[in-house]
Amino acid sequence: MIDAAQTADQIFVLAKQWVLGYSPAALRPLLSAVLSVVPVLIAFPLLFAITTVLERKGLGRIQNRYGPNRAGPFGFFQPIADGIKSLTKEDIIPSSADHAVHLLAPVVLVVAAFLTYAVLPIGRGMVIANLNAGVLFFFAVGTLVELAVFMAGWSSHSKYSLLGAMRAVAQMISYEIPLVLASVVAIMAAGSLSPVGIVAAQAGYSGILPHWFVFTPWGFAGFILFLVAATAESNRSPFDLPEGESEIIAGYYIEYSGFKFALFFLGEYLGMFASSAMAITLFLGGWSAPLSFLTWVPSYVWFFLKLLAMIAGFIWIRGTLPRLRMDQLMGLAWKFMLPMALLNIVAAAVWKFIPSPPVRWAVCAAILIFPCVVLSRGLRRAKKLQVRSYQFAE
Amino acid sequence: MVGEGILKGLAETARNFFGSYVDGERLTTVQFPEQRLAPIEATRDFPFLVYDGEDWHAGMRCVACQICEKECPPKCIYIEKSADKKPDAMGKAQFYPAKFDIDISVCMSCQICVEVCPFEAIKMDTEFELSTDDRFGGLLLHKDKLAKSNEHYHRIHPTEAAAVDAGLAAERMAAEARTKAAAEAKAAADTKAAEAKTAAASMQASGGGTQ
Amino acid sequence: MSAASVAGEVMEELDAAVRPADDFGEQLLEVSMGPQHPSTHGVFRMNVALDGERVMKLKPVFGYLHRNHEKIAEQETYLGSMPYTDRLDYFCSITNNWAYALAVEKLAGITVPERAEYLRVITGELTRLQNHACLIGFLLQDMGASGTPLMYAFREREKILDLFEALTGARMMCNYMRFGGCRVDLPAGWLEQARGVVAGFPKFLDEFEQLLQSNEILMERTQGVGVLSKELAINAAVSGPMARASGVNYDLRKVDRYGIYDRFAFRVPLGAHGDVYDRYMIRVLEMRESVKILEQAMKEIPGGPIVDPKTKIRGFRPKPGEAYGRIEAPKGELGFYLVSDGSANPYRYRVRPPSLINLTVLEDMCLGRNVADVVIILGSVDIVLGEVDR
Repeated sequence: MIDAAQTADQIFVLAKQWVLGYSPAALRPLLSAVLSVVPVLIAFPLLFAITTVLERKGLGRIQNRYGPNRAGPFGFFQPIADGIKSLTKEDIIPSSADHAVHLLAPVVLVVAAFLTYAVLPIGRGMVIANLNAGVLFFFAVGTLVELAVFMAGWSSHSKYSLLGAMRAVAQMISYEIPLVLASVVAIMAAGSLSPVGIVAAQAGYSGILPHWFVFTPWGFAGFILFLVAATAESNRSPFDLPEGESEIIAGYYIEYSGFKFALFFLGEYLGMFASSAMAITLFLGGWSAPLSFLTWVPSYVWFFLKLLAMIAGFIWIRGTLPRLRMDQLMGLAWKFMLPMALLNIVAAAVWKFIPSPPVRWAVCAAILIFPCVVLSRGLRRAKKLQVRSYQFAE
Repeated sequence: MVGEGILKGLAETARNFFGSYVDGERLTTVQFPEQRLAPIEATRDFPFLVYDGEDWHAGMRCVACQICEKECPPKCIYIEKSADKKPDAMGKAQFYPAKFDIDISVCMSCQICVEVCPFEAIKMDTEFELSTDDRFGGLLLHKDKLAKSNEHYHRIHPTEAAAVDAGLAAERMAAEARTKAAAEAKAAADTKAAEAKTAAASMQASGGGTQ
Repeated sequence: MSAASVAGEVMEELDAAVRPADDFGEQLLEVSMGPQHPSTHGVFRMNVALDGERVMKLKPVFGYLHRNHEKIAEQETYLGSMPYTDRLDYFCSITNNWAYALAVEKLAGITVPERAEYLRVITGELTRLQNHACLIGFLLQDMGASGTPLMYAFREREKILDLFEALTGARMMCNYMRFGGCRVDLPAGWLEQARGVVAGFPKFLDEFEQLLQSNEILMERTQGVGVLSKELAINAAVSGPMARASGVNYDLRKVDRYGIYDRFAFRVPLGAHGDVYDRYMIRVLEMRESVKILEQAMKEIPGGPIVDPKTKIRGFRPKPGEAYGRIEAPKGELGFYLVSDGSANPYRYRVRPPSLINLTVLEDMCLGRNVADVVIILGSVDIVLGEVDR
């Protein structure tokens, strides 16, 4: 019984070892790398295709309509149709555009997005590169995305794209800081920068409940902060001002068409998946099961289930919230999230030094909740926002 | 509470999301063309010419008075009057349209032609799937395409057609009553004239007899 | 002079108007928003000069939808212009018809029977409901709420459009009013259906408000944005919900008391700040007031004729003179100025379009704001290009 579950859990690892057993020794390192990378290169774009359909259908249902339902059963061949469309469209480049940079921008975006998957543990023992400083590598490579965005906006030589690129760069740089600071608490608690180590620190169970970091006050706050910053990093609603569709139409990729446009789309979604996957690794226990009696389900299944849940959350938020304006976005990052992230680190540190559970819950929650309320009230008052009442004339 | 409005909004969209699977009110899409909405009776799309009976040429009510052509705001009707006359529903000889063209790419479905027609000859149809790839004449409808029977009119606008038929029948009865009264009056006048003649003749005869 | 060179000169003049000199000798970024733009509510163009993200100068360019409506009306009979008025503010065709009918009735001295007045009020207020619901949906769509509130608003609008189709035969181009009354009477069962729709409307408004009322993002983006002061609103002849949001107590239904509006009990909401949030909230409150009017009208509607029996459909020749008829359209004061010379066609036919007049203060509201705000402010003005350009 346990053997079967363990085999199912390790099936990909075992398959890779089996193939390597049949290959010549000289080629083994190269073949091992290729066999690790190719499944990721297949799985995540496939997830991207499914996500585009799910998003359109999800948004449709929220808006009291069907999503796409003509291409294939329930519309699930829609990504194939979209792929064919984007491949066969004419590639229009503005004559005054910088051709080399214009071509390289989507390439850099996609390459950077894929590189971040190298350090994410998708299952038990299933990580491409088990780096000691994996989290650091993740954030470092993730910032290449900002470069690609700016390359796209600048090289298009158009006012709208320049506006979009400026906005995008300002936004992404501002939200890097809360993103990284929010992840510091998980690193502190696990005591290592390696994602594998962080997941291992959360893999235990007390009773049936897991040791996930999200079930602590500082972990919960860190999770929320990380999610908000990740939404901003991947330019998703409500932070999609750089591609503000109803204002500057498509922002930094307005001059792109055809396959390059599809690559931008792919890169944006891959970035979203990578950030979600890192959030799962840092706070939601990575590939570990939520309840101790559910560990017979393979680890990668749990990982993808959690990923799908987070994608559903992103879609839900996109369907509900209007867009934040540039200065409000920046205000949120610098005036609210940065102080909260710093306080979160203090709370996480305090947690380690108080032994008894109820006391440390109370103290850490107090450290987080009171300043949050005070800060948000103060910011609101500064903006003079009110729920108004109106007088009537007869 | 901070973020309360956002949470309420999220609850609202979640309610719509799950509601769309169970409640018809929250998923109002009709999968055209496999499903269609029930047609609303009063709907109007483009005009058509009504004919009574089986023969669309003999039974057509239009008498080419050209009032609709004059009143049409975008001037999309073109009528050519015939040279000869044909009998209408009440037997009276009337002109008929030798040509009756409506350019439905110009027509704006305002229904003024229907309002001004004194003979209930032109009514609004409900067909809208009229697209064609012949862009030079495909949307210019001639008399033959425009002629549709009174049964068709009853099918698409039952209440209106019933009222029109009742009105036409009342007119016909009034016309018949008038002709009957006129005939009776004429007959009465004839008898009176005949009596007067015989009276005058007899007076003359008696007058002549006296002399 | 060829057409191309004339066009070139015009473009140069326009560009010169927009390319301002700046104190620091730096060049400002000139962006042309439109005419193809997802958020300009039609073919409308704004030449915006930006300093970074802030608007330094804004010049609206319109006329892309000019269709010679007023000139066509000089060739058409009075009745023939009625279907063209549907297409002015194509969202609210019935109120357009009403304003025109009112002007002609003033010109020719025609009276309207009571049942027709009630029908006018009922259809007019239904028009106001669907216009305001859709406008709020559009405003939120412009703000990036990805169409969700818009779809809810359109769901309700469909019910009202079904009512219009059952009554007038068309969903949007209703062509319903005639001089001296209405064209067609209510079919069987219409009033019950309308009562059902109106009864369900407050629930929709509550759901809508829950989605948006205390939404922090919405409040941040609309409060304090696009402020129109009361003095400027009065001086610029701004009317309708936009003026009332700035605190101007001017609702033609109360001022002119045209039709039978003095029989209904309703209030006029007034805003205090004149920003986008106020304009949005005023429209929500006006929808609630319209529901009240509708309930009263549908209860009290009497029987009787629906058109003055003396009016002629053909050969209508009003005596020489002039008349100005105006109503409180959902967008503002919609007026028709007619000059008659005794013939079957008007000598002069002029539309006072509320959208255009309200649009003249766009630059004042947008100066110093961000580009993102320009789109929202334009949305709150509530323009329909059919009316702006005619």
